[in-house]
Amino acid sequence: MKPRVDASRRRFLLAGAALGGGLLVGCSAPTPEDRLGSPDVLPVREGHVALNGWVRIATDGTVTVAVPRAEMGQGVFTALPLLLAEELDADWDDVRSEPAPVDRIYANQAMMLNALPFGVEEEGWMVRAGSAALERLGSVLSLQATGGSSSIRDAWGPLRVAGATARAMLVQVAAKRWQVDASTCRTEAGRVIHPDGQRKLGYGELAADAAVLAPPERVRLKDPKQFRLIGRAAPRQDIPAKVNGSAVFGVDVRVPGMVYAALIQAPVFGADVVSFDGSEALKQRGILQVVRIPHAVAVIADNWWRAKQARERVKVQWTATPHDAYTSQDLARAADEALRDGFGMPYVMRGDAEGRIEQARHSGAGRAQDGTPAKGAGPRVLEARYHAPHLAHAALEPINCTARVHEGRVELWVSTQVASLARWRAAQVAGVDTEQVTLHLALVGGGFGRRLEVDMVEQAVQLAMQTQGKPVKMVWTREEDTQHDFYRPAAWADFRAALDEQGRVIAWHNRVAAQPPTNMATVRLLPWASSKLPDKSQIEGAFDVPYAIEHMKVQQLQLESPVPVGFWRSVGHSYNAFFTECFADELAHAEGADPLAWRRARLGSQPRHRAVLDEVARRSGWGTPLPAGRARGIALQGSFGSICAQVVEASLEGGEVRVHRVTCVIDCGVVVHPDTVVAQMQGSVAFALTAASHGEITVAQGRVQQSSFPDQPLLPMARMPRVDVHLMPSAHPPGGVGEPGVPPLAPALANALFALTGERLRSLPLRPQARGDVTAVS
Amino acid sequence: MIQFQLNGRPVQADVEPDMPLLWVLRDELGHTGTKFGCGVGACGACTVHLQGAAIRSCVIPVVAVAGQSVQTIEAEGDAVLERLQAAWVQHQVPQCGYCQSGMLMAAASLLRQNPHPSDVDIDAAMTNLCRCGTYVRVRAAIHTAAETPAPPKTEIA
Repeated sequence: MKPRVDASRRRFLLAGAALGGGLLVGCSAPTPEDRLGSPDVLPVREGHVALNGWVRIATDGTVTVAVPRAEMGQGVFTALPLLLAEELDADWDDVRSEPAPVDRIYANQAMMLNALPFGVEEEGWMVRAGSAALERLGSVLSLQATGGSSSIRDAWGPLRVAGATARAMLVQVAAKRWQVDASTCRTEAGRVIHPDGQRKLGYGELAADAAVLAPPERVRLKDPKQFRLIGRAAPRQDIPAKVNGSAVFGVDVRVPGMVYAALIQAPVFGADVVSFDGSEALKQRGILQVVRIPHAVAVIADNWWRAKQARERVKVQWTATPHDAYTSQDLARAADEALRDGFGMPYVMRGDAEGRIEQARHSGAGRAQDGTPAKGAGPRVLEARYHAPHLAHAALEPINCTARVHEGRVELWVSTQVASLARWRAAQVAGVDTEQVTLHLALVGGGFGRRLEVDMVEQAVQLAMQTQGKPVKMVWTREEDTQHDFYRPAAWADFRAALDEQGRVIAWHNRVAAQPPTNMATVRLLPWASSKLPDKSQIEGAFDVPYAIEHMKVQQLQLESPVPVGFWRSVGHSYNAFFTECFADELAHAEGADPLAWRRARLGSQPRHRAVLDEVARRSGWGTPLPAGRARGIALQGSFGSICAQVVEASLEGGEVRVHRVTCVIDCGVVVHPDTVVAQMQGSVAFALTAASHGEITVAQGRVQQSSFPDQPLLPMARMPRVDVHLMPSAHPPGGVGEPGVPPLAPALANALFALTGERLRSLPLRPQARGDVTAVS
Repeated sequence: MIQFQLNGRPVQADVEPDMPLLWVLRDELGHTGTKFGCGVGACGACTVHLQGAAIRSCVIPVVAVAGQSVQTIEAEGDAVLERLQAAWVQHQVPQCGYCQSGMLMAAASLLRQNPHPSDVDIDAAMTNLCRCGTYVRVRAAIHTAAETPAPPKTEIA
C-alpha cells in the first residue's frame, strides 16, 4: 500500500507552495508534447534538417540531439540523447549530442520538484497538485539549469516524445513513397523497413520530406519491454576527449586578443575596497591594468601567472565590517540559543510528540544518560545533539569565467550549471538586454552545486567592462576557491525521543538549526526576496524520515551568519541523513534491537525503502561474521526521487578511520544508463567519505581558515574503499542519481564506528577518541 | 628565451625563468590539456613528464626544463600512454574529466617504471586527487593497461 500524505501535516509549507506556485503561475505544467518545440529553435546546419526543437537529422543519417544541461561528468551528453534515440529507433553509432540554445522548452521543470515537502514514496492529490505547480513555476522561470539530480527526471518525457514524434514523421514519408499504410512499416537502427521486410529507407533520405509535415499530436511511447538502448551499456560521448587533453573546460577557453585576470578578494566576508595602490604591480612585466570591482581588486596581465604574482605588489585597504572578529564558535552559540529558545517552523506534526516525551520523562525512569539504557527499563526519554560543519565544494577546476564586453554586447565563456541565469546576470551587470548576451557553455570541471552560483560571471563582466573591449579570462587560485565559496551550511540538530513501558519508541522530536541555503541563494539573485520563508532544502531528510513512529514533530530553525551558504551535493540531506540515521541507530540500540531489524519493522508503508534495505543487507552480508577489528554500519535515505542504502565496513588503524568496503543499493526508478548510475554511486562514496573523515571549513576573524588541499584534504586513492553497487530493477519513473549516493555514507560509517568502539560520534567530521587499533566490542 | 622539447618538437618561450612550466604550457604555448588545480603541487592535475618521469608542472620553474624533453597528455605515438587511454575508455573512467590528464600521465610514468604494478604500488604512485571519485576505475584501468601487451580494441561510439 502506498503511503498517502496526511493532510494534517505540512499545512504551513503547502500553503506557501500553493500560493507561490499555484496561484501565481497556474496549476498545470507544460506537458512533454508542449515542450516539443519548433525546428526553428535549433541553429541551422548545412545538410541537416530539424524535426523539432530537440533533434536534427543529416542527409548521411547522423542524428544530433540538443542537450540543454551542462556536462559535469554525470553523463547527460549520453543519457539524454539515449532517451531520444530509443524512441526514434536510431542507430546509436549515428547519434551525436550538442549543447542546446536557450529556449523555454529546455527549462528544467523537474529541478523545482526538489522544493516539494514530500518523501520519495508519498502520493496523493497534494503531491500531484504541488508537483504541477512547481513544474509550471520551473517553466515560467525558464531555468535552463543543471542541478538537484534532475536532468533525467526532466528529460524522461520530452526527449522520448520528441524521438517518437520524429520517428512517426519519418515513417509517414517512407509509407507515402512506398504507397503502403504507415502502420505496416517498422523501424530499426535508423531505417524505416517496408512491410515486405526487404526494402529499407534510411532516416537521412527521409528527413527533408519529414520536416515539412505537421508533427502528430499524439504518439505512443514504447513499452519498457521493447527498450533497446535504455538500460543498456552505451559508451559515454564525452569520454574520448577527456583522455587526450582535447576537452575544453571553462579555464581552457582561448579567445583571440584575450588578457588574464587574477583577483585580490576581500578576506573578510562582505568587506569592500577603501583604496588600493597598483603602481608597483604595473612596473612588472606583462601587467596591463590594476582595476577595482566590488569586493576585490584585479590585476590584468598577458599571462595569468604574471597577474597572480603581481598581486603581492598591490596594496589594498579594506573596509571594516561588523563581523571582523566573527568565528565559527559565534554560529555555534547562535545555534545553541536558537535550539533552546527559538521558534521552530513545524514541518511535521503527527500525534503529540512533545506531550508523549514529557509524559515519559515524568512517569518513567527519567532522562537516560548518554549511552544505551537496557531494554525494558520502562518509559524513558533519549536526547542527543548532532552537528555538521560548513563544507567547501572543492571542484578541481578552480572558479573562472571569460567575458568580453564590446559595443553593447556581452560574450561569455564559462563552465556553469545555470546557463540562463548566467546570461541574465551578465546582462544586468553590463546594463544590456539579455538578448545581447551570448553564452558559450564549456565543460564543467566539477560542479557539485558550486556552479549554480553566478558570482564568477558578475566578476568577469565587471572586469571586461574595464578592458576596452578585450576579452578577459578571470581565474581564481585554489586558495580563493576554498575561501570564497558558498558553503554547505553548518547545522545542529536536537533530538528527543520517548520510549514506552515496553521500551518501544513512540515519539520523535527533531529541531534542526542551520542557515537556509535556498533562501540565501534566492536573496543573492533577488535582493527584495524574503530570507525568512520556510526553506525545504534546509530540513530535507529530516521531515521525511520514512519510519512509522506514532508521534512525530520536526521543526526548522533558521540561523543567520555572514558566512555565505549554497547548494552542496545533496544539500540538506547531506547533514540531515547523518543526524536522523545515526539517531535512528541510537533508538534501535536503546530498544535492544538490531539496527536493520529496527528500520525494517517501521517501513511497512514504504515498500521501496524496505526492498532497498533488504537488498543492501543481503549483499553486504549483514549479520555475518567479520574479521576481528571490523564492524558494519547501515543507513538508508530517500532523496531527489530515489532511495539509497549503504552498509559500510570499517576499522580503526592507529586511530585512523579506515573504510574497507561500501555496499550501495539504489532504487532510482527506471535505469536509463546503468554504468553512469554505478559511476555516480562510486563517486558519491568518495565525495561523502572525504566529508565524513576530514571535511571542515572553519571561520576566524571573519574569514575562512582553510586554503588549499594540504589543509583541506580530499580522499586520496589509497583510502578509496571497494564499492559494490546494485541497481534495483524498477518500473517507476526515473529518480535522480547525482546526489542520492552521498547522504547515507556518513551515518553508515558513524554507525559502524559505534558498533566497533561503543562510542557514539555525533559530530562531523568523525574523530573517534579511540587510539591505536581497535578490536570489535561485539 | 628558454628552449625545450615538447612532445618531440622543439619549442621556445620568452618568459621569466621562474615562471612555472604549467603556465608556459597553457598560456604561452596553448597546450591546455595540462590542468591547473592548486598551484602548490598537491593535486596532480598538472602532471607532465620530464625526461619520461612524472613531475608536477605547477611547481617546476621553466628554466629547470631548458634543453630537456617534456611530454604532455597531447603527445602522440607513446605506446604506454595510448594503452592507458584505451583502458580509460574501456573502463569509462572519467567523470568531469578535469583531473584525468594528470592521472593518465602519472599512470604512464608508473607503468614505465613498473610494468605490472600491484594495488599497493598503484596506491603509492597515484597520489593525484579526483573530486568526482573515479579512483576505483583508475585502478582497474591501470591493471588492464598493464596486463595488455597491445592496445585493446575498444569501441567508441
